[in-house]
Amino acid sequence: MTLEDTEYEAVIGLEVHLQLATNSKIFAPSSAKFGGEVNEYIDPVTLGMPGALPVLNKKTVEYAVMLGLALKCEIRRESHFARKHYFYPDLPKGYQISQYDEPLCERGQITIDVDGAERTIGITRIHMEEDAGKNIHDARTGCSLVDLNRAGVPLLEIVSEPDIRTPQEAGQYLRTIRQIARFLGISDGNMEEGSLRCDANVSLRPRGSLKFGTRTEIKNLNSFKFVEKAIEYEMARQASVLRSGNKVIQATMLFDSATGTTRVMRTKEDSADYRYFPDPDLPALLVEDSWISAIKESMPKLPSEFVEELTKKFSLSEYDAQVLTAERAHIDYYLNVYNVCSNPKAACNWVTSELFGYLNKDGKTIETSPVKAADLGELIRLIDADEISGKMAKIVFEEMYTTSQPPAAIIAAKGLKQITDDSAIEKLVEQVLNDNPTQIEQYLGGNERLFGFFVGQAMKVSGGSANPKKVNDFIKAGLEKRRG
Amino acid sequence: MTDLTTLTIAEAQEALTTKQCSSVELTQSYIDRAQAHTSLNAFITFEPEQALAAAHAADTARAQGASNPLLGIPVGIKDVILTKGTRTTCGSKILHNFIPPYSATVTEKLLSSGAVSLGKLNMDEFAMGSSNENSAFGAVKNPWHHEMVPGGSSGGSAAAVAGRLVAGSLGSDTGGSIRQPAAFCNLVGIKPTYGRVSRYGVIAYASSLDQIGPFGRTTTDAALLLDAIAGFDPKDSTSIQRNDPLSTALIGKDIKGLKVGIPKEYFVDGMEQEVSDSIRKAIAQLESLGAISVEISLPHTEAALSVYYIIAPAEASSNLARYDGIRFGHRAKDTKSLANLYAQSRSEGFGDEVKRRIIIGTYVLSSGYYDAFYAKAQKVRTLLIEDFKQAFTKCDIIASPTTPSGPFPINDTSKKDPLQMYLNDIFTIPVNLAGLPALSLPCGEDKNKLPVGLQLIGKPWDEARLVQAAYAYEQSTSWHKKLVK
Repeated sequence: MTLEDTEYEAVIGLEVHLQLATNSKIFAPSSAKFGGEVNEYIDPVTLGMPGALPVLNKKTVEYAVMLGLALKCEIRRESHFARKHYFYPDLPKGYQISQYDEPLCERGQITIDVDGAERTIGITRIHMEEDAGKNIHDARTGCSLVDLNRAGVPLLEIVSEPDIRTPQEAGQYLRTIRQIARFLGISDGNMEEGSLRCDANVSLRPRGSLKFGTRTEIKNLNSFKFVEKAIEYEMARQASVLRSGNKVIQATMLFDSATGTTRVMRTKEDSADYRYFPDPDLPALLVEDSWISAIKESMPKLPSEFVEELTKKFSLSEYDAQVLTAERAHIDYYLNVYNVCSNPKAACNWVTSELFGYLNKDGKTIETSPVKAADLGELIRLIDADEISGKMAKIVFEEMYTTSQPPAAIIAAKGLKQITDDSAIEKLVEQVLNDNPTQIEQYLGGNERLFGFFVGQAMKVSGGSANPKKVNDFIKAGLEKRRG
Repeated sequence: MTDLTTLTIAEAQEALTTKQCSSVELTQSYIDRAQAHTSLNAFITFEPEQALAAAHAADTARAQGASNPLLGIPVGIKDVILTKGTRTTCGSKILHNFIPPYSATVTEKLLSSGAVSLGKLNMDEFAMGSSNENSAFGAVKNPWHHEMVPGGSSGGSAAAVAGRLVAGSLGSDTGGSIRQPAAFCNLVGIKPTYGRVSRYGVIAYASSLDQIGPFGRTTTDAALLLDAIAGFDPKDSTSIQRNDPLSTALIGKDIKGLKVGIPKEYFVDGMEQEVSDSIRKAIAQLESLGAISVEISLPHTEAALSVYYIIAPAEASSNLARYDGIRFGHRAKDTKSLANLYAQSRSEGFGDEVKRRIIIGTYVLSSGYYDAFYAKAQKVRTLLIEDFKQAFTKCDIIASPTTPSGPFPINDTSKKDPLQMYLNDIFTIPVNLAGLPALSLPCGEDKNKLPVGLQLIGKPWDEARLVQAAYAYEQSTSWHKKLVK
């Protein structure tokens, strides 16, 4: 039983935290890298030492503007930072620097694809804030250990309008955000590594009603699948509560991935008062029109823009366009291949069928492809220039994959260069025909299937490198000559 | 042999340059005096060996051709300012064992000018106080009268200079914590324009009000110290990049035609007669030097104290959240839970006045009260700023008393009510709220023959003009020549 069958409509909003791939932290000079020895990326500001002060990292703002533009938001020309207070060992200053009243970006939207249909989800706001460190609870000693490497890493918090209606839409929303973030190069968007995190707000209301029901917030969601499962479970749970005549209690829920269920972490009554106020250590952030324009000019194209180009300009199929834009690395590679061979369809086929086939078997990614894009492009160019046959090219490609050599070197070494010279082929064909008088007699007697035999012999004699079309033509002519 | 500690910084630099003495000798004189006057309790951390080593290095540098107005001059640093490798307590038990891994920008600037630090100076805990009685390391005595307070929160910085345990010192001023002790100790104390001096490495009390500034026995001394520490710091987002003249730029220029605003709200009933007399005489003295008095009004003055005691505690409650016993400082023992660790460490580590202000600050920021208190106070603050803007269209500087009274006794029962103590700062507080530069310099004596200070307030970034006026007044009087025994 799905909610489509019932009288309730789900109202879902997602809060996504995106860790940015800047060099340094949002307000501190230490590295924002993932990994590293425990407490390696720290400094007085990160540690919240007495006397330490925040200094805003410009790249963070640039990335925030890029995402704001990609999600069609209004970019606020003057925004402010606020302190959000609570006590926890992974929060060194006892407050998080975030944005409250006046976030950098507001009122945007994102278009997602759900089973072939387009849906537009509103974006309420995007703001900048700093990440907290990590607490590790050591059961052995009963101690908690604090690692502050992550403290101060820049985050963008993306809040969606409550426009999402199904778990599938939620999953697609997250996948699209991730794809855009990766295309822009602002984040890895990796849920398993924590560079993309999601909290889900779920409520139900009678179908057709415009009033919002009571919502719960689900935390601790570590993959797109778990987000979808948790929402699905919570929708069913709330429906069952409502159907039995009870009220949904506003609470923060934790998702238990082992059982696929949600349970209450804290209710509204227990929620903290964060005592937000403008951070007096940071002046107002003023963003100029000219800077925003410059970012717009120079920022990477979005997946949707590439799909448009691939389908309209290159006449690739929608499916192929999606495959090529699944990752920024894919489209970058494809375009590098295209730039050398100027054959969009061939480039697409070679990349998505041949190359991906090899990479998948090996467990490699396009970033670790042994075949350079320019070399693949060159291979296609050689085919189009009739210097090598398509069949030969596949053999060459296999060698390129194994040795990472460019095609020219392999062709030369193996003597695979296609013979296209007319007189050479004619001579070759004449020799084959002269050597096989019996078969000629049989062919001329009506056994037309023997044509393939002559082709095979000619290819054998040429070591497979004769241009097949020309071989065909000369054999045809040679046979006709003998008919007379 | 002259007592070298009677030399001003400017005079001492002259003596060092003309080889009448070495920095080691000069420093030793101050060390001897400091060791003879430990009862003042001006120092929290006294470092004579490091000082002599630094003095020796200064002498060597000088021999190799180095020169700087502060080269080889013994100074002290208020314990609110971080000094790498040297314990920095902020006058608090919660930081009693804190050895900073880095130095404040002002420390680096001061020491790279060649000044010799004798150590860290006593203060009201977390800069909250007006008498230096709120220190976890004991009260500081006023060198002019050992039963009187030196003022606060930079009581140690003032006592050390007035007592001639150092030639000059750095303090901090959030609501008057440089100017009021300067007034009580017969010194020149300068609070710079907000943003002129870096706050990086200065333990924060109220971020939008704090500034670091100098104490000297003369205007010139204080100005030299200010110029050594001022300037844009990329590590402090509230420090400003500008090309202002040095604060010493106008020293010696006459003040004919200088318009001195006299704010009528600052001359109130209830002020000590001798104090208001001293101020009036000082203003008359300025007039005799060619300045012109202009009556001005700062109509929202009465609201200033309330505005300050909402904004400062609010920011303090936030800034002091980091003192949680986790990464540095005092951590309570045998605690049963995280909440218990926090509560116990902070209860044990913080003194009463600090707790008071954290509670007030938390309250005014709490949901349901934020608009009525903090937001409202910030709005009224803009009215105070506008008061000064308007006043400065009619005058160049503003003159007023620094304090409503002279120094009062340590453990004064009439000041047991914290609100009574807060009234000490009514003339100094508005200046911090408006971010303006101001100084206090000696201008007389109260009924106990103890020092009275004249406050001069300037337009933003106009420290040079303040110093010019202060210097002119100072040179026409002898208050700055007084020496404690």
